[in-house]
Amino acid sequence: MSVVDAYIKVQNVSFSRGDRSIYESVSLTIPRGKITAVMGPSGTGKTTLLRLIAAQLAPNSGTILVDGQNVHALSRSELYKVRKKMGMLFQSGALFSDMTVAENIAFPMEEHTKLDAKTIAGIVADKLYSVGLRGAASLMPSELSGGMARRVALARAIALDPELVMYDEPFTGQDPISKGVLVKLIRQLNDSANMTSVLVSHDVEESLSIADHVCILAGGRVIAEGSADEIRASNDPEVKQFLNGEPDGPVPFHYPEESISSRATL
Amino acid sequence: MKSIELLGASLLDWLEAVGRAGIFLVQSIFRLPVRFKESVNLLVKQLYSVGVLSLVIIIVSGAFIGMVLSLQGYSILAKFGSEEAVGQLLALSLLRELSPVVTALLFAGRAGSSLTAEIGLMKATEQLSSFEMMGVDPLRRVIAPRFIAGVICLPILSLIFSASGILGGHLVSVQWLGVYDGAFWSSMQQSVYFDTDIMNGLIKALCFSVVVTWIAVYQGYECVPTSEGIGKATTRTVVLGSLAILALDFILTAAMFGDF
Repeated sequence: MSVVDAYIKVQNVSFSRGDRSIYESVSLTIPRGKITAVMGPSGTGKTTLLRLIAAQLAPNSGTILVDGQNVHALSRSELYKVRKKMGMLFQSGALFSDMTVAENIAFPMEEHTKLDAKTIAGIVADKLYSVGLRGAASLMPSELSGGMARRVALARAIALDPELVMYDEPFTGQDPISKGVLVKLIRQLNDSANMTSVLVSHDVEESLSIADHVCILAGGRVIAEGSADEIRASNDPEVKQFLNGEPDGPVPFHYPEESISSRATL
Repeated sequence: MKSIELLGASLLDWLEAVGRAGIFLVQSIFRLPVRFKESVNLLVKQLYSVGVLSLVIIIVSGAFIGMVLSLQGYSILAKFGSEEAVGQLLALSLLRELSPVVTALLFAGRAGSSLTAEIGLMKATEQLSSFEMMGVDPLRRVIAPRFIAGVICLPILSLIFSASGILGGHLVSVQWLGVYDGAFWSSMQQSVYFDTDIMNGLIKALCFSVVVTWIAVYQGYECVPTSEGIGKATTRTVVLGSLAILALDFILTAAMFGDF
């Protein structure tokens, strides 16, 4: 692989939840200033990867370097500093339900900057404009549709002009129009603000259409990494199974069962 | 042998949970919000939802308990011809025992369960993670104001419960049953002492408030973030909270009023 300017380097990371191993020595790179899509079937720990990068979870072994810093070796306050450079769009939007849309977007700025209220209000209006929801500033999150909530969450994630934005399943549960809007927004934000974007998704078409770099995870390891075209042209049966949505193949249809012998020892 | 192992394992689990809850409590108290104005706003909001919104149930239950106590007390005291002592009976039993305990039980049901459910839902909808991702500690933003509000509210609610109970009892014994008004109040005045009765009741209420609110916020924070998990956590808040109140009440009463 060619040498790329990596913003995030995941090196030999293993992670398990209880007895279930999620990753076994996974390595991947996320290039700076590009959109990287991490794809894979549900349950392969795509969201876990984002949480590992954000150091909300710690790996059992291996290191994750974000902009050259090992996020799991940082102290709490240093980690919080690094997190200010990250924005995350959660699957559910995760808007604070007791604040209005505008307050939600203003919150990270009020918390981390010394800007006065007027400046913050200006930035909030600006961010809302960029996601096309300037008219919704005074609504409560419960009054928004799913697509609107995700756009507001996106506006909040970019409130501090982060270097890295992570999208957790941005397209899930969205109608085709909202999907199109999100695809356009993610591309636009990435290019105009020179951000690095990581996108976790199992929507093959949308992800391949915007990603500069694609990783496919399955069964706890990276089965393919490369540009969208390289992935499309891949001959690997696992990759083909995932892209074409075939029900059975190298990735088994059946969830692994406990063997009789392991049950007997319980 | 197996059952002894299981017993030991569950004891260790329990100890670990208590330890985690302890660390959690210390962390949330000692990491108060940095910005003073914001923390006051958050606290006032919680004081309103935990305290002010519990007022109705506290006042109504207090009044009814006072009324029932008077009826029961009167029927027994009348046999000895000392009906006016109903004031004393009412004030002492409310201040020393019933107000802190019943208020705390109602508080666990009304405010504790809603705290657990609210925090649990914030966890399920990733709002807590969202705070963390923004470099804001959810313990100080979400947990601390709720915990402090709970600790402040319960002793005050307990006093309000006593007042409401005494007024309710006054209504029944003086207005309906015809106990002499002056005797009702003077028997109360003679027998209630500020430092033994009122203060002890307040100390009890304060202990209960710490325990109940602690259980409520911890259960919310540690719950399994699914609808079933939140339901279970809410139930645990009420059950564990109530049991803790009753057990603690016995210990505190023995320490305060027992002659050892």
